This record gives sequence, structure tokens and C-alpha cells, in this order.
Amino acid sequence: MEVIRSQKRTASNDVVSNPKIPLYLTAPPLEVRLEEFELFAIDRLRVLKGVSDGLARGKNPKEMDDVVDALWKEHMRHSDASEMLNKDIISHFVIRLVYCRSDELKKWFLSMETALFRHRFRLRNFEAQRAIVGEFGLPYKAVTGAELEVPFEEVPDLVAGRRVLIQKGHAFVAGSQLVSLVVTQFRSHISKALILTNRKWMTTIREREKDRLTPIVEALSTTYVGPDYSQSSEYADISLKDIDQVSKSSFPLCMRHLFEKLREDHHLKHGGRMQLGLFLKGVGLKLDDALAFWRAEFSKKVGSERFDKEYAYGIRHNYGKEGKRTDYTPYACQKIISSAPGAGDHHGCPYRHFSEDNLRAALGRMGLSSRGMEDVMDKVRNKHFQLACTLTFEAVYGTSCDVGINHPNQYFEESQKILKSKTPAAPV
Amino acid sequence: MTREEIESREDESMMDAPQINKPKPEEFFNVNYLRIYYGKSNLFPYSDIHKWLSYGHDGKHPGCDEYYFGRREFSFTLENDVYLRYKSFKNASSMEDAIRSHFPYKIDIGAVYSVDPDKRHAYSQTGSNVFTPVERELVFDIDITDYDDVRYCCSGADVCSKCWPLMTVAIKVIHTSLTEDFGFKHILWVFSGRRGVHCWVCDPKARRMTNEQRSAVAEYFRVYKGNENNARKVALMGYSLHPFLARSYVDYLKGFFEGELQATQSIFSTKDKYEKILAMISDEDIQSELRGKWENSARSSLSEEAISLVRWEQLKNTLQSKKHKAPTLRMCVEEIVFTFTYPRIDLEVSKQMNHLLKAPFCVHPKTGRVCVPIDPNNCDEFDPLAVPTLSQLIEEINSGGSRMDVDDDSDDSDTSLLGKSVKFFRSSFLEPLLKSCKEEIESSYKTKIGKSKDSLSW
Repeated sequence: MEVIRSQKRTASNDVVSNPKIPLYLTAPPLEVRLEEFELFAIDRLRVLKGVSDGLARGKNPKEMDDVVDALWKEHMRHSDASEMLNKDIISHFVIRLVYCRSDELKKWFLSMETALFRHRFRLRNFEAQRAIVGEFGLPYKAVTGAELEVPFEEVPDLVAGRRVLIQKGHAFVAGSQLVSLVVTQFRSHISKALILTNRKWMTTIREREKDRLTPIVEALSTTYVGPDYSQSSEYADISLKDIDQVSKSSFPLCMRHLFEKLREDHHLKHGGRMQLGLFLKGVGLKLDDALAFWRAEFSKKVGSERFDKEYAYGIRHNYGKEGKRTDYTPYACQKIISSAPGAGDHHGCPYRHFSEDNLRAALGRMGLSSRGMEDVMDKVRNKHFQLACTLTFEAVYGTSCDVGINHPNQYFEESQKILKSKTPAAPV
Repeated sequence: MTREEIESREDESMMDAPQINKPKPEEFFNVNYLRIYYGKSNLFPYSDIHKWLSYGHDGKHPGCDEYYFGRREFSFTLENDVYLRYKSFKNASSMEDAIRSHFPYKIDIGAVYSVDPDKRHAYSQTGSNVFTPVERELVFDIDITDYDDVRYCCSGADVCSKCWPLMTVAIKVIHTSLTEDFGFKHILWVFSGRRGVHCWVCDPKARRMTNEQRSAVAEYFRVYKGNENNARKVALMGYSLHPFLARSYVDYLKGFFEGELQATQSIFSTKDKYEKILAMISDEDIQSELRGKWENSARSSLSEEAISLVRWEQLKNTLQSKKHKAPTLRMCVEEIVFTFTYPRIDLEVSKQMNHLLKAPFCVHPKTGRVCVPIDPNNCDEFDPLAVPTLSQLIEEINSGGSRMDVDDDSDDSDTSLLGKSVKFFRSSFLEPLLKSCKEEIESSYKTKIGKSKDSLSW
């Protein structure tokens, strides 16, 4: 890795005026603090997930340029340009280590890093872009001020679209088409690098680092990168008497379903108790109210004595009053989606775990129109479960939710915000 | 056709001496003739094929890879549609032996793999020793049945002198592009035996192309995007044609459309025919205007061809004056020409390295014709109906006609039916190819030696 030269001193940290996009060709010989190892990675993950979201929502290239610009400024900016570059490089290599470990992770990483690169490149001016082309070591010749001559093999998608002139095996690439050229190079390089990194991980790193980096790496791939809702906010402070009403007006489908089943069967199995119980904690239900709530339901089925003996402990445990006293955080969508409800279970994510018919029925009960339902089902079919929930939110409340739902408590709070702003006084 | 892969054992089946019977006129192809063709008759050019596919690795130079030929996949289709894949041969004589023991109805050539296809199961699927294609010619397959919606003389498997010119024009367009645009030099065009042509681009650069790059070249050539659901099957977007399309149009397509095509297909002469063309014009008013002129035109003594030409002129003039009406009309004239004349390649054949393609000099089982090379610089002269058939070749042998000695290059006066084709293969394609391959082997060997010399000096 070359010595990190600081760029021409500019006051602003504007992405556009900081021309260097690292190519991540070799691992940096930099020292990283363990703390930074994880934090840098989480910030970059936020950027990559934002890119993923933008693409899944079908944003056009110009919109994606803006999305990337905003994401980068929000999560990766640093007052010192060379520190920013370090963070860029370090975070990439950490995430590469995390995401090299399975085919699915590799594919996601490759797509998102390539998209990130593409849009950061597009935001640069021609001079900076040409410099980056040079860094790939491509055999190019600058033909005129705005054109490069490269072997046609380097620009397959321009060739396929007949968007370049080709003569004797050389393609004449206009400045505006450079993106295609470098993205092909970048993608190919990262793809190969992932395979090598995986090999290194499997053969040496994982074992060597099992007490230090390995646990961090293994946790990072499933990290949820939003707020944890362990502290209730002003929008999450419900009491027992409000709970039924609020379940109908502000609960996301997963919690609504669990709640309804609890009312119906006077029981929930462990998975359901955890998912709903922690959600209710995040929503502001105090321990005493929670105990009263669960006892009221369960005693209809198993009697209050058995409730106290067998179930109360679990609830207190969730609130950090028993055992090792961890104050458990409510589950994020990622965790709920990846759970595996079995027979008799009602937890999980309805968008993933319900059959199409059941899901349609449930969405109907939430008040979705047939048009709205089709949009949601389309997302479900493409396995974009959180987007499906977001669309449901948008349909129910008649508003758009640009950030996307990734936590049931987020759904609840956003919903409460909207409802309270409409009718400030009444309980909703 | 069902295909089963059979793990073959090379069984040395004993062969009776072939019966050389006088062929009945209607039998173009049968197993006995095939045995003679591949047998000791010196018809099938084994050693030329071997030399070609060895690409100079004949073991005579230290830089040669003696295992190169052995890593090439071949496949045999036998009588009764039995299909044997992943066959490989370490040298010319084991290839000959295998062909002479099976007498395949069809021989396909596949890719050169990282290891002997025969031994692929010994290698794992992951890691560095995986069984994967490493080299393969860039190939194209053009079949006249893909043009059925624009030829009126034949359909399906038939081909005649009226529609074959479509193949001729296809060869010209693609060949010019391969040489001028892509800079390829070693290109072999072969008659597919019945109704199409194959193209083998054998430059080292071409053989090393990735699937993505092959796909890119195939898409570069693709213009026609038709199926029965759309009337306008060629949509030329943008303000002007890409230079490749423009050159093809000016040098080959326009002339062919306005000349030979009108003569052989008369594409405007009946209502059915011209309605198809009117459907390509995306403006109802223009359609009606032209329809009005043609529907009620007086019965004239003009030939079908002349009528077509007149109507074509009328269409061009009308469109010329009205093309500003909509962007989709701007290149309507060109689109019509492209629809009827531009090459339609089978994309799937070109895109993947592991796709198999019929070997040159095979015999087509349905026609008995030999898959002979076609000279791209003289393709106007090629007549698919004059290609030697298996029975003609046997007849030639029977009547004691000039028995071509395949290995004798010096016989310039050879006039046997197949001899001309083999000579052409050798002189126009094989010799220049081998010369360039040997140069490459030598120079990369020198570089390797040079490098290791450097590393020794300290």
C-alpha cells in the first residue's frame, strides 16, 4: 500500500473535492485499535446497507449518487482527510473479512461495494476519474482530452450495448463511459480478493484470532445497525389500559399477530413470549404492568399459581432483574426474520413465515387495499421482507417512510408520532 | 432427441472389411458409407484436424505443452441418439482409433479444459485443481430457420438458392466486423451441412476470452429481437447508427435488400407480405396511405420483382417526408432492411466456453453433405446444394476416381470432390494459423527463459 499522501489541503470535507477513492488492492500496514476495528466497520456497514436499501427501492443512478453522497458524509466523514481515508480503507478490509465467509455474504458484499464504488466514481470530475483508471494499471492511451483507447475486452458492457467504436480490437471510450470500465475492473478484483481472503481466514486467521478478532468478525455479519430501543422514549410509554387499543393502531404485523394469539389462546410459546415481551418492554411497558398483563392472560389457561412458578421468572429475567441481570434489548427485524418458528409458534416475521393466503388475510385485517396488497406481495416474493413491512406502514398511515422499517419498535414509534400529531390530545 | 451420457470404455470392436456397394440415388447417407468415410479411405482429414486443434503444440519445441491436445473435449453422437461426452484423446492416432471404432453420426468439439476431460472425476470441484474450461474458440452459429419469418421460398429445414443468399450476407457482415472491428485474423467458416453456417475464431486472444467477453461480442452483433409477440422486431434507437451497423448497411445490407432480395423473395408483392412490412411502421396514417396505394393498384404486367421495387420506393419516399413525425419513424427504413437481411446468430452458442459445436468435415446425417469450409472472401460462389454428399464420395471411390491422398500436400492437380475443400482448409486457414501459433510459443518461451535467467543473477 502506498504511503498515504494527504491531498491538497482543502477546508471542506466534501466528498467531491477529496478525489482519492482507494482501490483496496492490498491490506494496509496501518495500526488499528481494536475498538476502531469494530466501530469503523459498523459505520461502513451503515453505508452499505443504505446502498442496498436504495437499490432495492429502485432508485435511478442519479438518485443513487445523492444517496451515496449523503450516506458517506453521515457515517464516514472525518475532519482530517487522511484519517477519513484510513477509516475508508480499514473499514473495507474489516468488512471484507466478515463477508468473505459464505457465498451469500460474498455476493452481497461484492454487489454493494461495487455499487458504492460506482457512485463515488460518478461523483468525481474527469481528471480524478482518469487518475483512477490509471491506478488499475489498464493499458490505456489517452486519445483526445476526453477519450481513452483500451482493449475491447476491458469494457464488455459497452461493447455489448454498441456504445463504443471498436477498431482492430481497440475500444474508444468516452469520458462519460469510464464508469463501466473501472467498475468492471473493480468488481473483478474484489471478487478475486474475496476468494483469497476466505482462504486466509479459513486456514490461519480464524484460529489465530479466536479470542480477539474472530468473535467480533462473526458477530458483525448479523449486526443490526440502528437504535436498540432499550430505553423507552417519549413515544413509547404505554400503560395496561391502553394496550389493546395501541395494539390495533400502532403494532407492526408481527406483534399484532402475537398479541391477538395471546388474547385468543391465553398462551404463547417461548419464542413468542420473548419476541412480544421484549417488544412491549421497548414500547414502555413497566415490569409490574408486564407481570400483570402476562398473568392476566396465562392464568386463564394455566392458573395464576403456575404462572408465578413457571413464567414470572422469565419476564423478570427479560427486564434484567434475574440471573446475570442483562437488560435484554428488543429484537430487530433481522433477528426476527431469521428465526425459525415451528408448529404451534406464532413468532417470526409474517412477511417471511406466513403462507401467501394467510398473509393476505392478515393484511386485509390491517386495512390494506387490494392495490396496496399487491405492492406488498411483490416485495415479499422478492424476499424484501422489511420493505414489505415498510410498504404496509406507508399504506396504513398514508405517509411515506423513507428510512425503511428495520425494527418493530421503530414501527411503533413512527406510528405513534404520526397518530399523535393528528390528534394530540386523545390516547391513540 | 434424448441424450444419455454413458461412461464409455474404448472397446476395440472388430470391423468387417467395408462392403463398397453402388449407392442408390436416394440414399445420401447410411452407416456403411460412414464407415468408409471415416475408415481407411483417406477422406476425413484426421491429421489436419489434429494439427489445427493442437495449435502448434506438436512437441517439436521446448515451449510446447504436450498435453494440450489431450485436454480438449470431444463428443460423439452415435446411431440411435446415444451421446458420449467428455471424450479426449492424447494424440491423433487415438482420436482416429476412437472414431473408427464408434463411427459417430456427429462429432462435436468442445473446450480445452484444465485437465483431461476423461479424468475429470479425479479432480475436486473446489480449490485450485478444479475441472474448468481454459481455452475455447470464439464460435458463432447461424441457422436459416431463424429467418423463417422473412423468407417465403422455404421454411424449416429446407434451403434453396433463393434464401441461401441470406447466409452469404450474414457471413460478409460478421466476417468484416470480426476482422475490422475486433482485429481477429484466424477465422474459419464452415457449412453446417444442411441449412446454416458456423464460424470458428481461433486467435489466441479469442480462445482465452471469458464468458462475459463472449457474451459482449454476441450482444454487439445482436440486432433482431423478435418473437411472435412483436411486430417491430428491430428497433434502432438513437440518432444515428453505430458505425458497425452503418458500415454493414451501406456495404452489404442495403444493396442486398434492394437487389437480390427483391428478386428472390418479392416481399411486397402480395397483401400478406406487405401487411407484415406495414406493421413495422409505427404510424397508422402512413400505413393507411401506403395500403391505399397498393391495395387498389391496377393489375399490371409488371413482374413480382418489379412491383416490389416500386412499392419499396414509395415506402421510402413516404417515410422520408414524414419521418419527423415521431422518433420511432426516424430509422424505419433502415429497420425494415435490417429485419430482412441482418445476421441472426444463435446467442447461446457463443456465450459459454463449454458449448459444443459440430466439427468441420463431419457428415450431416439428414443430407449426407460434408461440413466443408466456406471461403469468406468468395462466399457468393458457395452453393449448399453442390456440396459433396457421402454417396457422391463413395461413388467417386468406386469409379476409381482420383483417390486423394490426404497427406500429400504437393499434389496441385488433385481434383477430387473433397480435395479442394481440404486444400483450402490447409492453405487459407491452417498454415497461417500454425505459423502464428509457433511464433507465439517461441516468443513466450523466450520470455519465460529470459525471466528465469534474470532471477538467477545476483
